[in-house]
Amino acid sequence: MADFLNSMVALVDPYMMQILVNVGIAIVLALGLNVIVGLTGQLSLGHAAFMSIGAFTSAMITIKTGLPFSVNLALTGVVTAIVAAMIGFPILRLTGDYLAICTLGFAEIVKVFFLNFEPTNKALGLTVPTAKTIVPMPIYVWLIVLLSIVLVTFVQSSRFGRALKAIREDEIAAEAMGINTARYKIQAFALGSFLAGVGGGLYAHFLSYINPSDFGFLKSVDILAMIVLGGLGSVPGAVIGSSVLASAPEFLRFMSQYRMLVYGALLVFLMVFRPNGLLGGVNFTDLLLRAIGRKPAGKGLK
Amino acid sequence: MFLQQLVNGVALGSVYALIALGYTMVYGIITLINFAHGEIFMVGAFIGLLLVSYFKVNVFVAILGAMIFCMLMGVIIELIAYRALRKSSRLSALISAIGVSIFLSSLALMVFGADAKGFPDTAFPVHQIKVGSADISTLQLLIIGVAAALMIALEFIVQKTKIGKAMRATSEDYNTAALMGINVNRVISFTFALGSALAAAGGVLVGVLFNAVSFNMGLMAGLKAFAAAVLGGIGSIPGAMLGGLLLGVSEVFGVAIGYSSYRDAIAFTILVLVLLVKPTGLLGQKITKKV
Repeated sequence: MADFLNSMVALVDPYMMQILVNVGIAIVLALGLNVIVGLTGQLSLGHAAFMSIGAFTSAMITIKTGLPFSVNLALTGVVTAIVAAMIGFPILRLTGDYLAICTLGFAEIVKVFFLNFEPTNKALGLTVPTAKTIVPMPIYVWLIVLLSIVLVTFVQSSRFGRALKAIREDEIAAEAMGINTARYKIQAFALGSFLAGVGGGLYAHFLSYINPSDFGFLKSVDILAMIVLGGLGSVPGAVIGSSVLASAPEFLRFMSQYRMLVYGALLVFLMVFRPNGLLGGVNFTDLLLRAIGRKPAGKGLK
Repeated sequence: MFLQQLVNGVALGSVYALIALGYTMVYGIITLINFAHGEIFMVGAFIGLLLVSYFKVNVFVAILGAMIFCMLMGVIIELIAYRALRKSSRLSALISAIGVSIFLSSLALMVFGADAKGFPDTAFPVHQIKVGSADISTLQLLIIGVAAALMIALEFIVQKTKIGKAMRATSEDYNTAALMGINVNRVISFTFALGSALAAAGGVLVGVLFNAVSFNMGLMAGLKAFAAAVLGGIGSIPGAMLGGLLLGVSEVFGVAIGYSSYRDAIAFTILVLVLLVKPTGLLGQKITKKV
């Protein structure tokens, strides 16, 4: 079985495979942030911090204990979620931009902490041994992607997800309806960070080298741009947004030195022409029903 | 020792304050976190460097030139990247601002290269003046002096002139101000021009102080200045000055007592702690939520 899967992976061009895995990891991270920003409406500029906590935790677990990778990832996610809940408890009382700058500050503190943390080699970074997985790593990453998509889709339509949407639309009204906003916000923060931790674990083992400087402000911004570009609060949006932005620097590589310039300009123009994201306001069930002819075309009543 | 560090801290802090003012004014008027502001600071530093090293002007002319250039740049950025997004969600404008920031820093990387450039030694004559136990350099006096003069000028513009009155009215209530016949677009352009000019001045001053100008200097300085603006209460002009000074002084003292490798974390730790106690910053107004 493993041999068969390995030979399948070998069929794909290694460079393409690398882009595919990067896209997969970006999707997991974006889905996590989507729960916090898109679903609950709490702007976080520090998602990369939770990714780095996940990456270093997972790397240390592999180095020190050598647990099977799936157990490792689950453990990593839980550790990250606990840290997020502890951080979220005080800072989620803040709203809007004050919360945003607090998460940004927290992310910088985490980065500086790892830069000075002896067990993870300080600024030198950590070399991570290969993960012990039954299936090849690229397939494993995409299995996790599918699991995360299922998880977030399920959460979105659950009672919990509806409470989060209520908080996003109007926190005061939600509170008046008897929703314990503080608890739900912390839970959403922990869930989003759980996925960030898992994404960080995958990142660490796929790249096999991690450095605290890789998880700076720009990384958080990258992930945020993915979900805003895809359309906030939508799972397909997060998937498409992260696929576009995670692969864009690779496809822009032919422009070599101009690519970050183009990337910046691209962000501005995409936002100016599609302010709600590429898929903002597109209803997927609607599209699907229309495509199979179960619903007449044209705008329905709103 | 204490006095020495205090002077160092105030010099650094007044630069943070200059940048923070731009953040706070723009935020006060259109509630946008202008992430491109740090890059305007960086561009200002480069323009100052060019003026000093190629046109051999003195440092004051360089500051003035950089301010004028960045004023224009700020206005153009607002026109292209933010104006169309004024009515859409604030996150879209934020991403657009981040796009501008990435664009400008990679442009600077292409034009000026990756290594840090220094100002020529002749840019400003540096002497040490002994005051008690402290050695104060003329450079620090220059920075504190220029920053103070600019802040007084700003305070004058905002409080005493007609356009300043329009700015205050717009930040109080955008729609009502428009109904009262204020040309809101012009006020917003003016705010961007003012904020960018201050950041440019800060950029030249930092370039001279540390003798290093590089394409990525805008990011961390911008983030810290933003932290300073929030610390003082975002939207409040005196708050930005206070926040900047506070962060500058505490950063210098933190380094002095031996936390130099935690330098970048000091500002943010203070910020997080203050926000937990006073959620709208030191001088920020308490927002009452309307139902």
